[in-house]
Amino acid sequence: MLALFYIFIGVAIGVSFWQITRIMNFRSSIADDKDNAAQGKYAIGFMAFFYAMMIYCLIFMNVIMLPESASFEGEHDDNLFNITFWLIGIVQFIMQFLIFYFTFKYRGSKDRKAKFYADSHKLEFIWTITPAIVLVGLIGYGLWQWNNVMDLSDEENAVVIEVYARQFDWQARYAGEDNTLGLGNVNFIKGLNSIGVDMNDKNSQDDKQVRELYLPKGRKIHFKFRSQDVLHSAYMPHFRAQMNCVPGMVTEFGFTPKYTTEEMRQQPEVIEKTNGINKVRREKGEDPYVFDYLLLCNKICGASHYNMQMKITVVEEDEYQKWLAEQPTLAEYITTK
Amino acid sequence: MSDHHHKETFVTKYIFSQDHKMISKQFLVTGMFMGIIGVLMSMLFRIQLAWPEKSFTIIEAFLGPHQTDGIMNPDMYLALVTIHGTIMVFFVLTAGLSGTFSNLLIPLQIGARDMASGFLNMISYWLFFISSIVMVISLFVEAGPASAGWTIYPPLSALPQAIPGSGAGMTLWLVSMAIFIASSLIGSLNYIVTVFNLRTKGMKMTRLPLTIWAFFITAIIGVVSFPVLLSAALLLIFDRSFGTSFYLSDIFISGEVLHYQGGSPVLFEHLFWFLGHPEVYIVLLPALGITSEIISTNSRKPIFGYRAMIGSIMAIAFLSTIVWGHHMFISGMNPFLGSVFTFTTLLIAIPSAVKAFNYVTTLWKGNLQLNPAMLFSIGLVSTFVTGGLTGLVLGDSALDINIHDTYFVVAHFHLVMGVSAIFGMYAGIYHWFPKMYGRMMNKTLGYWHFWITIICAYGVFWPMHFIGLAGLPRRYYSNTNFPMFDDLADINVVITIFALVGGIAQIIFIANFFISMYRGEKATQNPWRSNTLEWTTPVEHIHGNWPGKLPEVHRWAYDYSKRVDPNDDDSDYLHGKDFVLQTTPLLEGEEPS
Repeated sequence: MLALFYIFIGVAIGVSFWQITRIMNFRSSIADDKDNAAQGKYAIGFMAFFYAMMIYCLIFMNVIMLPESASFEGEHDDNLFNITFWLIGIVQFIMQFLIFYFTFKYRGSKDRKAKFYADSHKLEFIWTITPAIVLVGLIGYGLWQWNNVMDLSDEENAVVIEVYARQFDWQARYAGEDNTLGLGNVNFIKGLNSIGVDMNDKNSQDDKQVRELYLPKGRKIHFKFRSQDVLHSAYMPHFRAQMNCVPGMVTEFGFTPKYTTEEMRQQPEVIEKTNGINKVRREKGEDPYVFDYLLLCNKICGASHYNMQMKITVVEEDEYQKWLAEQPTLAEYITTK
Repeated sequence: MSDHHHKETFVTKYIFSQDHKMISKQFLVTGMFMGIIGVLMSMLFRIQLAWPEKSFTIIEAFLGPHQTDGIMNPDMYLALVTIHGTIMVFFVLTAGLSGTFSNLLIPLQIGARDMASGFLNMISYWLFFISSIVMVISLFVEAGPASAGWTIYPPLSALPQAIPGSGAGMTLWLVSMAIFIASSLIGSLNYIVTVFNLRTKGMKMTRLPLTIWAFFITAIIGVVSFPVLLSAALLLIFDRSFGTSFYLSDIFISGEVLHYQGGSPVLFEHLFWFLGHPEVYIVLLPALGITSEIISTNSRKPIFGYRAMIGSIMAIAFLSTIVWGHHMFISGMNPFLGSVFTFTTLLIAIPSAVKAFNYVTTLWKGNLQLNPAMLFSIGLVSTFVTGGLTGLVLGDSALDINIHDTYFVVAHFHLVMGVSAIFGMYAGIYHWFPKMYGRMMNKTLGYWHFWITIICAYGVFWPMHFIGLAGLPRRYYSNTNFPMFDDLADINVVITIFALVGGIAQIIFIANFFISMYRGEKATQNPWRSNTLEWTTPVEHIHGNWPGKLPEVHRWAYDYSKRVDPNDDDSDYLHGKDFVLQTTPLLEGEEPS
């Protein structure tokens, strides 16, 4: 198969060189009416190809796209995205049509005289004002949603979790009974204390360190991010959430899970996507895939950047409490072991 | 001036030339050489993305110690994307594009004998040449070239413990860029001074061709923003080599705590993007200027809304310096700043839309001469619109959260600044080749080149939006560790095939370019029947551009198909032909357009 590929490339290059030298013998450089007619038609041909590709992708690639937002905050993201996408889609289809249709329609010929048309303040006014008005709408909705997402001040009932990044894995720390994280600094990293928690801080004692995230459905999760070495980015695409992890500072993000992992697996969109994935996996002879939320690294961080992930499981509140109770506190984990 | 030029030796004519026409050719050929490296790299990593576990002899041959059994190593993958980005953005689309056409066209189109300082111009090229050499040398460093992404965010770029490429490779990268910035600044200052001072008699600012406006404003953006990157790079050098902590704090790596205290990588991001974003327009504006000129000439129509075009170039230039934060919505900076940057970013859509509409209106009711240069210009408008529109998604901070650093971004910026600017560069080369080399490029090969390239460009970048919307992060060496991306494998193969075909098709252009240089049809003085001053110079290059006196300008550059009675489309052409040179005096009673 590979040999065939190389032969194909070899032949293609050979033929190209032969053709190029042949064509170079025609000393023609400036488009005449025949060229204009031909290229005008090609423009229409290309437009057909382009539209077919655009429409094909828009329809058949729907299934590969991320399913509906799994956080309440992300709902408006999806909404804003859909509005924006429809809008730019319509403009795209009109503009591309005009560009290639005009190329065909007004292809040059000896009999044609171009219209001398240098200016129209009315037209220019229209296409300055129209985008401006549309943008006011988009900016308004976007900023409202941005403030919505980034506002973490209301956190009475929030679950505080620290997500900790390093080359090349993720860890997390739950705030425990007091819902306050103990202080952390790289200077405290030693042995089991792998994320540098200050064990002299009284808030640290009941913190719980884990390697997998469990989140309760319906409660606001307040994430605090740290990194010990380089920039990382905690990307949770299903929740429409992402924040960089910056060494030397704590960054924050929050959202409220809307569906448990189990509920998400039952969604038609997810089932369809999973089926598609499993078809590919069967062909490769791999185990079937089951949907899970994931946290991925999305800021280039070194050689194994492409394999830095943590599983997220969203469960009902009581199950979450049960799981959390099973995890040892840092006091137990670090001092006793 | 022209009469006391000293005798030229081979060295002063072809190597250390101070003639802007020769320097522009030097920029072009160096830029093309770097472009070949950059494109080859992209083909290698596209192969990796499509067939992550397959062994290829081509990879074994090219990557030597950085591959295992024909499969590239993960850090080499990152090195390839890093150097591909650096080379394409800076060496090809900044120096190769601006350097070539600003040098060639500024003196010729404003009616000057040469640049304000021929000597500085020569220095500018040779600094660029040295920086290119240093960048190429960095590819052969034992631990591999810089591999922290073209944005070289510290701490990754500062710590060799974090990635091998951040050792000697990164040092050379920084040295190369520092020299590059010096070259760019010297060049830009020269362009600005030349446009201000050396316009010929009658060449008012409002009569300048849009190419010159674009180069002029580009140079201003460059002078404003490149020094900031230089300081960012210097501080990074300090952090790396002299133990300062501008960007680093609280780092634990390879089992030890480093001494750095109190710095912040976010500072670097601010400094980097203060250049990084205007850089997009440094790349794009010259391409748009070239397109304005070529679309107007080949439509045989004046560019629609000349003043609006200048206005939008200025608006874009101004806005471009206050939007850098949209690369940093999720960097951890204050969310309020995010709101401000969303606002300013989306405003750029307005002047951009004006430009796109004006291009389309220029095509309307034209008499389109579909030369290869014209097709590339039309292609530019198409990719500029496609890529620009998705900017409305990315510029909105709320939406950016979820597609930041995914393939959606890769698709967006490749279309709007990569492909568009390359198209502008190709258009410029096809159009001004006769001015540069006195011969014409072959049109049939030009057509093949264009259609294959645009099909492949869209074939690569249109589907890429969708794998981005599937949540696939960029800069992943492979995505086989994530079952959730398994259904993207086929699309990646299709993209790679388009990329390989598109890359290989550039051979057509290179062959056409070099063969035409020696064997192309001899050019006439004004092959495209254009209005601008460069076509009033003799085909054979002479030092000083015009024999005898400098031309005098009497009208703007866009009197195409002007009628005796401007309001009557059926009346005869002014002067009996569909173009009027800028040097033609106004007729009695003629309204200046």
